[in-house]
Amino acid sequence: MFYRESGDFKTNYADDQQSFPIKLDRYAVWILLAFAFFVVPFFINDYWEKSVLVPFLVWSMAALGLNILTGYCGQVSLGTGGFMAVGAYSCYKLMVAFPGLNIFFVVILAGLITAVVGIAFGLPSLRIKGFYLAVATLASQFFLIWMFNKIPWFYNYSSSGMITAPERTMFGIAISGPSAPSWATYLFCLTLVTIFAFMARNLTRGRIGRAWKSIHDMDIAAEIIGIPPLQAKLSAFAVSSFYIGMSGAMLFGVYLGSAEPGEAFGIDKSFLVLFMVIIGGLGSILGSFLGAAFLILVPVLMKNIMVGAFGWPADLAAHLELLFIGALIMFFLVVEPHGLAQLWRMTKEKLRLWPFPH
Amino acid sequence: MDQDNRIGDTLLEVKNISLSFGGVKALTDISFDIKEGEIRAIIGPNGAGKSSMLNVINGFYHPQEGEVWFRGKKREAMKPYQVARQGVARTFQNIALFKGMSTLDNLMTGCITHMKTNIFLQAIWKGPAEREELEFRERVEHIIDFLGIQAIRKTPVGRLPYGMQKRVELGRALAAQPKLLLLDEPMAGMNLEEKEDMSRFILDVNDVFGTTITLIEHDIGVVMDLSDRIVVLDYGCKLADGTPDVVRNDQAVIDAYLGVSHDD
Repeated sequence: MFYRESGDFKTNYADDQQSFPIKLDRYAVWILLAFAFFVVPFFINDYWEKSVLVPFLVWSMAALGLNILTGYCGQVSLGTGGFMAVGAYSCYKLMVAFPGLNIFFVVILAGLITAVVGIAFGLPSLRIKGFYLAVATLASQFFLIWMFNKIPWFYNYSSSGMITAPERTMFGIAISGPSAPSWATYLFCLTLVTIFAFMARNLTRGRIGRAWKSIHDMDIAAEIIGIPPLQAKLSAFAVSSFYIGMSGAMLFGVYLGSAEPGEAFGIDKSFLVLFMVIIGGLGSILGSFLGAAFLILVPVLMKNIMVGAFGWPADLAAHLELLFIGALIMFFLVVEPHGLAQLWRMTKEKLRLWPFPH
Repeated sequence: MDQDNRIGDTLLEVKNISLSFGGVKALTDISFDIKEGEIRAIIGPNGAGKSSMLNVINGFYHPQEGEVWFRGKKREAMKPYQVARQGVARTFQNIALFKGMSTLDNLMTGCITHMKTNIFLQAIWKGPAEREELEFRERVEHIIDFLGIQAIRKTPVGRLPYGMQKRVELGRALAAQPKLLLLDEPMAGMNLEEKEDMSRFILDVNDVFGTTITLIEHDIGVVMDLSDRIVVLDYGCKLADGTPDVVRNDQAVIDAYLGVSHDD
């Protein structure tokens, strides 16, 4: 009744093609962003930063990246963890090599380096599809992690084999390193994710997004109407790896502070991001955020309820949490195979008519 | 005399095309031309090689022998997307729309060869990318008006009925503003009314946009009425070539369609 599009007339094509054509959606997004930027930083504490908001933002970025490749372009990838590692190690090498470089640009450069690596590992996608491509990207996952473990140049010959982020500042405020204030790391991640989420939306609704979607829907027809498959697939790999590389750089530089490749960027992380994308909704920007929220925030919530409220032992809670998350994943996939984003779309459809049945 | 004004020089010519898959000969020594502005039909019984011929024209198959001349130049072996960029668009026998996308997006995808802005401008959106998008949106809206599919603009094409999907597919091909439009059985599986609509669209496309059309169709009545000239294929060989009247009275064609007794 209140959420509706009637009376919201579009008189030109620009209005009709904007990102949020329904007025209420538009307001909701602006209010949410205003809240996230101007209210949350004043109240954020270390717990919220470290366990909730920053991991959510970092994994949202990774999910956005994989969604571009898998959801929009239809190329399955299990190399996400490896590409995040490329982002993290590029970030580390850049931080160490250019101490004066603003961390904002370090993260973006790390993304660009990952994009180049992504193009190289995307080349097999021209010949192989589906499960076979997933196996080929799996090879990149193992190869990249192996490389970062075995070649000492990448971790600057440190004796532990780990990389540790030095303190880097932006406008005189520490963003990385142990003394960075909560609000600064949060705002840094939020800014990056907001900018690049809008860019992802722009890319996916325009010419390139349509080329990706057409490759996803029917690649032969796409080629016959004039879309070079090579260009479309590799650009999807490049953009996707760019996002994933940035999330890797943020994960290492801003969130973890130090990392060891096998643990921080292992195959389980590739699956984690793939689950986020599938549960959130393939081919949906909103879905990337919903999926990341689901897989990052629900465990935190459950831990709080079971350990904090009920006082159960932590190890029991951890096991129950795994069981429950697994059950929830299955439940959602059975109820709505197109993910949380589709569930949200259907809720909106219903809301438009409410309280009338038709 | 109207005919003569409409039809111009040779747009595309195939010379001595032979195509085989392993031991199976799909096409044997086929030559014909398509003139600018005409409606050219390719007919023949099932398995005659009609679709293979279209696939050769739009670069999906590469013939073992023979040449394709397009707009006065011999065409080197090229990929289908390069052929599309030269101005050849097509529709498919079994609809090949992008099912997850809306009608509007399918048509916009049809324009893709004309869109130029790079990936960075696309990411920023405001400015050149948006201007280009709106320019093509307007062009696509003309096609939507032309085909009378305004009501299904934002509907995902997977949900549309068959006849509508055929129409959207024609729209997608038109969005490319092709010089040569290849239609592979545009009326297959349609009822009479839908066939009439589609025939009208084909004539209008030819008339309004001046597009050269090559179509494959099994409904002989439609083909005879629509086309200026007809090529008849059977078992990969050319049986006849000419105006509907010539083809209709050709003994080889009659034999191929009606059958001929072989026991003499």
